[in-house]
Order: sequence, then C-alpha cells, then structure tokens
Amino acid sequence: MNRKYIPLATTIAVFLALFLIGGAMYRNFLSTLVLGNILADNSFIIIAAIGATFVILSGGIDLSIGSMIGFVGVSMAVLDRMGWHPLASAALMLCFGILFGAAQGWIIDFCAIQPFIVTLAGLFLLRGACFMVTVDSVPIRHDFVQFYASLKVHLPGRGVLRSSALVMLASLAVAVVIAHFTRFGSNVYAVGGDRESARLMGVDIRRTTVSVYALGGFYSALAGVVYALYTSSGYPLAGSTLELSAIAAVVLGGTLLSGGVGMVVGTLFGGMILGLISTLIIFNGSLNSAWILISSGVLLFAFIVLHRFLVSSIGLRETQ
Amino acid sequence: MSPETPGQARVEMRAIRKVFPGVRALDDVDLRIFPGEVHALLGENGAGKSTLIKILTGALLRDGGEILLDGRPVDVRSTKEAQGLGISTVFQEVNLIPSMSVTQNLTLGKTGGRFGMISWRRARAEAQAKLSRLGVKIDIDQSLGSYSVAMQQLVAIARALDDETRVLVLDEPTASLDADETAALFGIIRDLKAKGIAIVFITHFLDQVYEISDRISVLRNGLLVGTGPTSEISRQQLIAMMLGRELGEVESAYAAHRKTGEGAEVLTARGLGRRRTLKPFDLTLRAGEAVGLAGLLGSGRTEVAKLLFGAIRSDSGVLSLEAGPVRHASPRRSIVAGMAFCPEDRKAEGLIGELSIRENIVMSMQAKGGWLRKIPRADQERIADEMIRALAIATPDAEKPVSQLSGGNQQKVVLARALASRPRIMLLDEPTRGIDVGAHAEIILLIRRLCDQGLALLVASSELDEVVAASDRVAVMRDREMIGEIASGAVTRDNIIRMIAGKDDGRG
Repeated sequence: MNRKYIPLATTIAVFLALFLIGGAMYRNFLSTLVLGNILADNSFIIIAAIGATFVILSGGIDLSIGSMIGFVGVSMAVLDRMGWHPLASAALMLCFGILFGAAQGWIIDFCAIQPFIVTLAGLFLLRGACFMVTVDSVPIRHDFVQFYASLKVHLPGRGVLRSSALVMLASLAVAVVIAHFTRFGSNVYAVGGDRESARLMGVDIRRTTVSVYALGGFYSALAGVVYALYTSSGYPLAGSTLELSAIAAVVLGGTLLSGGVGMVVGTLFGGMILGLISTLIIFNGSLNSAWILISSGVLLFAFIVLHRFLVSSIGLRETQ
Repeated sequence: MSPETPGQARVEMRAIRKVFPGVRALDDVDLRIFPGEVHALLGENGAGKSTLIKILTGALLRDGGEILLDGRPVDVRSTKEAQGLGISTVFQEVNLIPSMSVTQNLTLGKTGGRFGMISWRRARAEAQAKLSRLGVKIDIDQSLGSYSVAMQQLVAIARALDDETRVLVLDEPTASLDADETAALFGIIRDLKAKGIAIVFITHFLDQVYEISDRISVLRNGLLVGTGPTSEISRQQLIAMMLGRELGEVESAYAAHRKTGEGAEVLTARGLGRRRTLKPFDLTLRAGEAVGLAGLLGSGRTEVAKLLFGAIRSDSGVLSLEAGPVRHASPRRSIVAGMAFCPEDRKAEGLIGELSIRENIVMSMQAKGGWLRKIPRADQERIADEMIRALAIATPDAEKPVSQLSGGNQQKVVLARALASRPRIMLLDEPTRGIDVGAHAEIILLIRRLCDQGLALLVASSELDEVVAASDRVAVMRDREMIGEIASGAVTRDNIIRMIAGKDDGRG
C-alpha cells in the first residue's frame, strides 16, 4: 500500500473500531439510524473541517471558523426577519465568506503575518459583528426551513440521510475533486509541503494562499448556513470554539498540522469519530458530558503522537 | 591558458559584471561552454560561482556584459525565460517537495487541462517519459521523500530536463551522495553529454572534477582566474588558482617574525572528531601563538573551529583546556572557560544587525557573567568605547546599529565582541571574508598584535596568503581530515599547496 494512505487507514480503522465497540456495548447501536444521526448532527462541523483541511494542508490555520458560523447564523436570522428568502441570504453569506477568507489570505501573504494571528483577529472581528447584528436569539421562520428539515433520503434499515448530511456529502465530493484533480489542489499540497521549493517550481504562492483561505471562508460560511437551517435560528454565541473541533477533526482525519500531507476524505472520518465519541457517552447515560471532551482529548493526543511516529519512521515527509 | 575547443560555443558569457551594495560580485567574467562538454566551475565560497550561475539562469539580472546562446545574444530575465531558452538548473538543495508523489513533483506547474483540471493519466505518462530519459525506473506514485537523496536528485534532474534542454547547470549535485550514487549520477551525466547537452558542473570535490569534467574555469573574488582543458591543469595549479590571493608586501612582512611555540599549552585536542563530520584529529594551541588552518572549501576548516568551541558536539577524543579535560562542551561553557569564537558567517551566526555596536560587543560578556547579573550601562559604554578606539571601528558612536556598518567594520565588531570577554583562546573563522583590501591588512595586523599579547589563536581561512601571513604554524585539512601540520620554519604557500594536493602530486 502506498505510504500516504497509512494515516487515512488508521483513521478509518479507529472509526470502525469505535463503531463496533458501541455495537458490542449497546443494542441497536450498530445501525444506519445511529450512523445517519451522527452524520446529520455533525455535518456542520465536518463542512467547516473540510475547509480547514485545505487551509491546514497549505501549512496555515484558520481560527475564524466558529465566529463565521455564528455570524452567518445571526445574519440569516435577521435577514429572514426582514423578509429575505433563506436561499438568497445563504447565497449572500457564502459570498461574504469567500471575500472575508480571501482578505485574510491576502493579509497573511502580503504582510507576511502568521495565519494564527490574522485569523485570530478574524475570530474577534466576526464575533463582535455577531453582537452588532443582534444580541438575542432570533428564530428563522420561513417555510423553507420546514421544507429543508423534511428532505431526507432513506437508508437500508431505519436510517435516513437528512438534508444537512446531504449538503455535507456533496461539499465533500466537491472538495475531493478540488484537492486531487485540480492544479489548485496540487498547488495547495506543494505550498504546504515546501513553500520555497513550490515557489521555485513555479507555483504562484500568493494566489494559492488567497484562494485557500477564500475556500476556507466559503466552507465556514456554508457550515454556518447548514447550522442556521438545522437549528432554525441565529444566536450570537453560536459556534464558539467550533474552530477547535474542526481542527481536531482534520487532525484525527490524518492531516498533518505542519501541512502538505493529508486527505480530505480523512476529515469526514475525523469528524465522525468526534461524533461517535459523544454518541457513545450519551448512550451510556451514566457518564457525564465531561467525558466527551476528555476522551476526545486523549484520542487527539494519541493521534498526534502517532503522526509524529509515522513521519519519522516511514519518511512521510522526509527532507534531506 | 589553453586553446579553445573548436566550434561554436553553446553559451558564451562575455564581460559579465554584477555589483551588490558595497561588493563587486563579478568583474568582467568571460565563460564559454561548448555542446557536449562538462565544464567544471570552481571557486571558494563567495568567489562568484552562484552569482554567475544565477545570471545565466535568470535568477539574477546582470549589470553588464552579454550572454550569447548558440551565437545569438539573449536576454535572460527570469528562470522561466531561461527554461524557455533551454537552460535548466538543478540547485544544490533538492528543490522538490518530499511529501508529494514523484509524478506530482515532475509535473507540478507543468500540466493542466481545461478549468485547471489535472488528468493524472497524462501526468503519469509525462512523468514516466521524463524518468525514462535518464533511464530511471521507480514507482512514480510513491512520495518523493520515501526515496534516497540520490534518487531525489535524479528526479530533480529529470524535472529540469526536456527535449529542448541545451544547457544543464548542476550546482553541487554530489554534495550529499555516496560513492556509488555519485558513480550512477556520472553515468547519467555522460549520457547527457553524448546527446550534445552542455553541462556546467559546480563542485568542491577535486577528484570529481578530474573524473568527469572536460574543461575547468576558476573564479576568485569575482574574477575569472583561469580556464582551460582539465587535462592541462594540474591539481597544484588548480589549488593555487582557487586559494591564491597576492597580498601586499606589508602583510607578507609579518611572516618574518614567526614564533616557534614556546608558550604554555592552553588547549589540546586528542583524537577529537565526529562521525560523518570530521575525522579524529590532534591539535595544540599555545599562548602567544597563532595556528593557521588551511584547506579547500568543504575540507572541514570551519568544523574544526566549531568542534573546539563546542558549537558541534564531538563523539570521540578528549579536549583539554588549562583547567583540565572538558566534558560536554558547549559554547556557553567554552566562553566561561576563556574561549572566543568569531564565526565565518557574520550575519547568520555572529552579529545581530538590529542591535547597536555596544549591545553586540557586550553580548558575550553577558553570557560569561550569567543572565542575572546585568552589566551596568556605564560599564557597557566604557567597554564599547574602548573597543571602538582600540580596533579603530569607523562609527560616530557606539549606538549605531551594526547592520549600517561596512563589512570590514562589522568584522571588527565581531572581534571586539570576542575580545571584550578577555579570552585566552580565540578561534577565528575567515576573519577577512568579504572585506576590502585595506581593512584586510588591518585585521591581519590586529591578529598578530593579539598574539604578541599572549593570546592563543586559531585562524581558519580559505585564503592561503592570509594563513601564511597570520600564523606561526599551519594545520592542513583535506576531505574532513587533518592531514598534517607545517612547522613554523616551513610555512609557505607552496608547502601548503603541496600538502593539500597530496597523493596526486604531479598530476596533469
């Protein structure tokens, strides 16, 4: 097997193991119903994490994801109150996400500032903007929300794929094509793998950096749209610290934080692992929810150590 | 020096000039490279090799002169243009992306169909074709990083080559290859040569120059000092061309009062070495004596100094100072023990450009005194002023940032900083690198004076005359090994050259 698939294979193995453990412990766990629910409940995290995958593959980081989700939510809710159709406000917010991301990318490249700081500024800026829009929880009452919630595809067994899961899977498919079958995708891997070499090999670093954050912004905004429609409301504190869950999903999915190595598909499983952990603990009933965070932390830690080991032992990212 | 190969030159560079702020990097350099020849380009660090190559490959713009490709004047303004003209370069570091597959590395930025989509079938075919041009067969879907450095080097060459390639520049391609890998690479170079490609080969391994090259050109301090067929240039001539620099008579005069080494031993190394870096060596430094360290680029001069200072850890042998054997040498311990080191690369390792002269000078004293005991500002100023006067550093005051000084004055600040901690042993690596002739003489004079004051000195230099002028004894390095010592009576240019050329003495 090609070495680059080892982290992905590990992620899938962990996911299957957790799923089987759940099946062994609880009746009815091993079903498409549980699977469908996990997909739907975590779809916005996974969508955001897909965008974050590109950013991390390019060697960067995006901390503005959670605030973007919150801002998109409150904006859509307020626009709904003003009579906008949710699809129209969604389109507007997606454009905003792209522009905001592109602006962050441009500042990062043009001013040569660490992405961490630039997107941290983005985090504060957007969260502040949420409270400028509204300080209350605002419902989205348009009929489209009911229609959106009613859409579902039946799976074998009792499970269903809800519309959120469908949007997530579609955006995953698009992301896979972008990552693996376009020049832009190759450039992202190249910049994350070795920025200076990539430049010498003719990659336009600025264009790639701006585009990758724009793509990240798009996916964050899309996550915000899905979250708003899923909860049918906008709340200025929504999505707080979600950027960290998204980054965790990317890392659990086998992408190296140092950039250049990883696969978008892995992020799906990384997000699902996070979802599985909370489902397992909720199924248990006797453990309190603190255990969700604790076991996620332990697993994340184990994965990072494993990556370190993989990098040094199989030359996943060897430089001479 | 010799008759030219007949026929039309593939590349002719005429009177190339390049000036960097304060430095004349290239001065009227001519270079002719013929189809189907391997042309070795030699010179020490800073001789102008890379500048010349960067001008040829479009990475730098020339300030004067012209470039003719197959007799037609060309204007190379970017690496992309150079590639369009058939001039390809493989740089010293493998400039590829180890985490990506071989296919991706070979085709990145070169393929792409409609809407920026990539057809991997086409890309793989293209990669395969590029590799087969070199006769290389590997799994192109594996990540590049999973292959040896030698294979990565070949992939880099494969990427650089296409059907249009007329000139191939290889910058130190063998620096990290072992003997077998080098042999394999040379096989490929010979094939390319047979196809009529003109190859420029930059290396510091003289054996390889004689093994593969047809002609040699030597640069020194931005000047072309010699060019000719390899068969007509002996090893000794070559070394003399690379290292020689005629100093003024003033400087040579210092050589007259050479001492015989009666001072107390202040540093002794016995069998000190480090695997893959430096073979074990013995060396003694005495108070009041300067020991020169001579050798070609890459022979291990700098490594000796760094090993003694503890900047590189040794893994064999014993280093003893006056106080006894040193365990776990480190720069900090060495400074505390009275040692000072002036590194070769002032900018990267020596000085902090944004800090003032005063701050740079007191830095090592601070290290000696410990972090908690801050040196009073008044003392700092007194010491800095003293040093500025003693070394005649040209500056209005001690608060000027070091980056605004000239090269020679920066070097004096490096010396001042080392001297401020009142060391008993001083290790100088290339003390006159990149400074003009006047400052050069001053610094050599300074070195001699320090010696007279009882300091033990080690002076590593790529300039033979400097070594001869500055030192009482000379230790000679070759291929990471200390091959001998020349006693005070016998220190001459010729003796050093003869020792470096060594085994292949009368070749050519």
